[in-house]
Amino acid sequence: MSESLNSPGYEIPDELQGTVAITTLDRIYNWGRRNSIWPMMFGLACCAIEMICTAASRYDLARFGMEVMRPSPRQTDLMIVSGTVTKKMVPQIVRLYNQMAEPRYVLAMGACASGGGPFKEGYNVVSGIDKYIPVDVYVPGCPPTPQALLHGLIKLQEKIDQQSLKEVPWYKKAPSEPIPVPVLGPDIMDPRDYEKIKQFTLQPVTPVQEEELSA
Amino acid sequence: MTEQTLTPTLNLEERFGDWVTPDTRKGYEGYLVAPEHLIDCAAALRDEFGYDYLASLTAVDYLPDGKMEVVYHVSQSTGGAPLVFKVQVPREDPVTVPSLVSVYPGAEFQEREAWDLMGIRFEGHPDLRRILMWEGFEGHPLRKDWKEAYYEEDTKPFKSRWPAGQVHRVEDTLPFGKNVKYPQGFDPEKWTPVEEEALYASLKRVPADEDLPTEQLIVNLGPQHPSTHGVFRMAVTLDGETIVDLKPVMGYLHRNHEKIGERNTYLMNIPFTDRLDYLSSLSNNFGYVLAVEKLMGIKPPERAEYIRVIMAELTRIQNHLFAIGMFLNDLGAFFTPSLYAIEERELILDTFEAVTGSRMMCNYMRFGGVARDFPPGQLERVRDLAFNRLPAIVDEFDAYLTNNEIVRARCEGVGVLTPEQAIAYSTCGPVLRASGVPYDLRRADPYSIYDRFDFDVAVRYHGDVYDRYLVRMDEIRQSIRILQQAVEQIPEGPVIEGKQQYQVRVPAGEAYGRVEGPKGELGFYVVSNGKPNPWRYHVRAPSFINLTALAEMCKGNKIADAVIILGSIDIVLGETDR
Amino acid sequence: MYGKGIVKGLLVTLKRFFETYTDDIKHGKARYYTEEGVAYRSSPETRGLFTVQYPEEKLITPEEFRFIPFLVYDEKDDGEQAIRCTSCGICAKVCPPQCIWIERTSDPKTKRPVPEPKNFYIDVDICMNCGLCAEYCPFDAIKMDHDYELAVYDRHVNNIYDKEKLLKPASYYADIRPLNYTQEEKARAEAAAAKAAKAAARAARQKKQ
Repeated sequence: MSESLNSPGYEIPDELQGTVAITTLDRIYNWGRRNSIWPMMFGLACCAIEMICTAASRYDLARFGMEVMRPSPRQTDLMIVSGTVTKKMVPQIVRLYNQMAEPRYVLAMGACASGGGPFKEGYNVVSGIDKYIPVDVYVPGCPPTPQALLHGLIKLQEKIDQQSLKEVPWYKKAPSEPIPVPVLGPDIMDPRDYEKIKQFTLQPVTPVQEEELSA
Repeated sequence: MTEQTLTPTLNLEERFGDWVTPDTRKGYEGYLVAPEHLIDCAAALRDEFGYDYLASLTAVDYLPDGKMEVVYHVSQSTGGAPLVFKVQVPREDPVTVPSLVSVYPGAEFQEREAWDLMGIRFEGHPDLRRILMWEGFEGHPLRKDWKEAYYEEDTKPFKSRWPAGQVHRVEDTLPFGKNVKYPQGFDPEKWTPVEEEALYASLKRVPADEDLPTEQLIVNLGPQHPSTHGVFRMAVTLDGETIVDLKPVMGYLHRNHEKIGERNTYLMNIPFTDRLDYLSSLSNNFGYVLAVEKLMGIKPPERAEYIRVIMAELTRIQNHLFAIGMFLNDLGAFFTPSLYAIEERELILDTFEAVTGSRMMCNYMRFGGVARDFPPGQLERVRDLAFNRLPAIVDEFDAYLTNNEIVRARCEGVGVLTPEQAIAYSTCGPVLRASGVPYDLRRADPYSIYDRFDFDVAVRYHGDVYDRYLVRMDEIRQSIRILQQAVEQIPEGPVIEGKQQYQVRVPAGEAYGRVEGPKGELGFYVVSNGKPNPWRYHVRAPSFINLTALAEMCKGNKIADAVIILGSIDIVLGETDR
Repeated sequence: MYGKGIVKGLLVTLKRFFETYTDDIKHGKARYYTEEGVAYRSSPETRGLFTVQYPEEKLITPEEFRFIPFLVYDEKDDGEQAIRCTSCGICAKVCPPQCIWIERTSDPKTKRPVPEPKNFYIDVDICMNCGLCAEYCPFDAIKMDHDYELAVYDRHVNNIYDKEKLLKPASYYADIRPLNYTQEEKARAEAAAAKAAKAAARAARQKKQ
């Protein structure tokens, strides 16, 4: 057990040194979670290849307890969004996210998943998965090297360390609301935006708005 | 393989009379075919002249001339330079061109792509649906007058970046804060999605059996599925466990390379080609610079040619290693063969990183050479890999995989593609060669300096999954042979001529540059109008076109075999969807 | 015999398993947690255990490795920063995804551009690490960094790098890319010498007249 786990601020008498361990519930709870994060076997693009390399022998995700990659979202804790998110794919990603059990984390790997990346201007590209689902850690790079991804995962572990049982949302009484799945229309449509879309498409366009739209 | 004169002087006018006219525009080649005679003409080219292989089909929007053009590149499966013919139609909706699927079945997906992105309706196509975008998407994005939501200017560099670069994220300036736009009068609540219905309607049903009525079952594999090598989807109709019909569904990674490529300058496109087939970025670089060099009429110095070949062959080796590893994953040998393969791949990637600066996205080749020479020690490292490490590793792979009873039992006789089908469906690379067609562009239409090396074209004759695996193993060995010769022969000298300009001058015209990538024939069709940005930039993606034959390979096999058949084609979604 | 192939395969795996131990004995302690150990494990001679224990060990970054760009400044003797960038805009023009924004400074009196950028931004969420900006910069002012440990919790506040965040001293550049640095310094010195010689020649000519 690590040093940080076993020093909650209580004095251990000298005669008991080395025979007892004192910790807090939060620490042991987070220690267990941070060392057994199961990522989803879910690759989108170039970054997915680097993710596979990270799981392979040279970088070895198993050292972090993350080697169990599961294709089913029900069994996973972490979604590594590894690559460009396209409009055609985003409904599936949101659905996968909704199907993951709490506690769940999302790591946006690479420039594309974070903010659209070099393909941002493309007509079928979503400029950042955080437009649809909450993201915990962003790893820049195109693609991030496996070591950069490992650094991001260590950052995620640090984030988990900060969480407290008292505050985590998944033990609250109210169930968490699923995120509405986007619909493929003439363009991708987020059900949360319907009112806004109607404002722009159904009302007669004023010259000012027209300028705004074309700008 | 027969060596013949590679540029036959074909006189099509003599044979076809006024059906065809030579394309006399400056910088263009080939023939213009009258749309009403297109099918007859293509059939005659196939049957009488031996142009039985449709290499590439694409469309160009000549907006200023008010024309749309469909460009066909056909070759002979015995080798030789491709023949180009085109069909021009007025740019008035609906733009219609006769479909060539009846002559070249390999045109199926490429025509669907042209319909999807350019809005050209192919009359007589059996299943003309959108392929990369979804049914119901508004507009045909590759048309020159179609603008994306984040449209800024027609061409880069954008003026807002300099000299008064007020930094902003483009979404913050738009009403929805997202990369979206909707037509006027559109009501989202009245919208019913049509994508899935159109797909399921296109699937063939199980023939009704009167004695034993069975229920048909449609199964979707993907887009999130561990076996689909990314975000690929297969919709399958099943009779019991046997596949009756299969439709690949793609576009989940459609990143608009071609639209972005037309906004980019020529140089800017090089790093974008890295991200097509992200497992073999150097091959992509190679194909693209060849196409543009053809337009510019320049040649790289000797040393650069050797460096290109060395890098391209290393790329082929690491790609095949990865492909074999992942293929074994699909077979159920989960991760051990992959681990061994990735270990060797890492060693090759280290060389890429030291030479080019990046493990995967190498961005290394330039017009007229390569970006930089080998740093000290790297050539020796490549020599060490080529002479000592890799041959031993391939032998080890052979030892524990090739004669493994489970591998043989699962692979032999599965997913058979006959040579005739392989050519008709325009398959390429290992898929084509495993079917007994010795068509390798390095021999069939030699480019760069491949005519100087001594190597064999890997070919196998059963056309099944096992042979595709064997062809890849053979190709690794042949690539090692080329590497061994190249590192011995590489001369000293410059790797690029003169000082590099970021704005290259490319004369107007068209060029089709193609290389034998690890996945097959990788072609770049570039049209220049003399401006700093290409007018049209099209990628003939081998993974995409190989999928045309997927349904044919899978029919009659068990559903579990669909996974390994897909694995044996070795697709990379970045290239399939572009 | 049926099953021979499977046995053969298992033997290969077993061989790999034992190689880890024989290699450990052969190389002793130096195999782990030392730079030469990492170098050995990245060389074509490597056998056995292949893992590099990030973050305790890190792979050796080759000189050409590129990640996010940074701006180079020279440290003057009085401690002042002399930014090499002249805001000529070539990097912004050559950038494929157009992730560089440069605001040019103007002299408030003469209204003429001053060769130093007022602002310089790179949107890291767009940058594709292609290195074209560094390759085509005529002043060796923008270079590709080696630092890849950049993960953040919030991209909206962290991932547009401004001038302050991008600036790094020339000594840092010399440290990460020694070969390139010496080469460029040599070329710059030569160019400066040639310029000085030209100026001297012109001065001499003028004196004669």
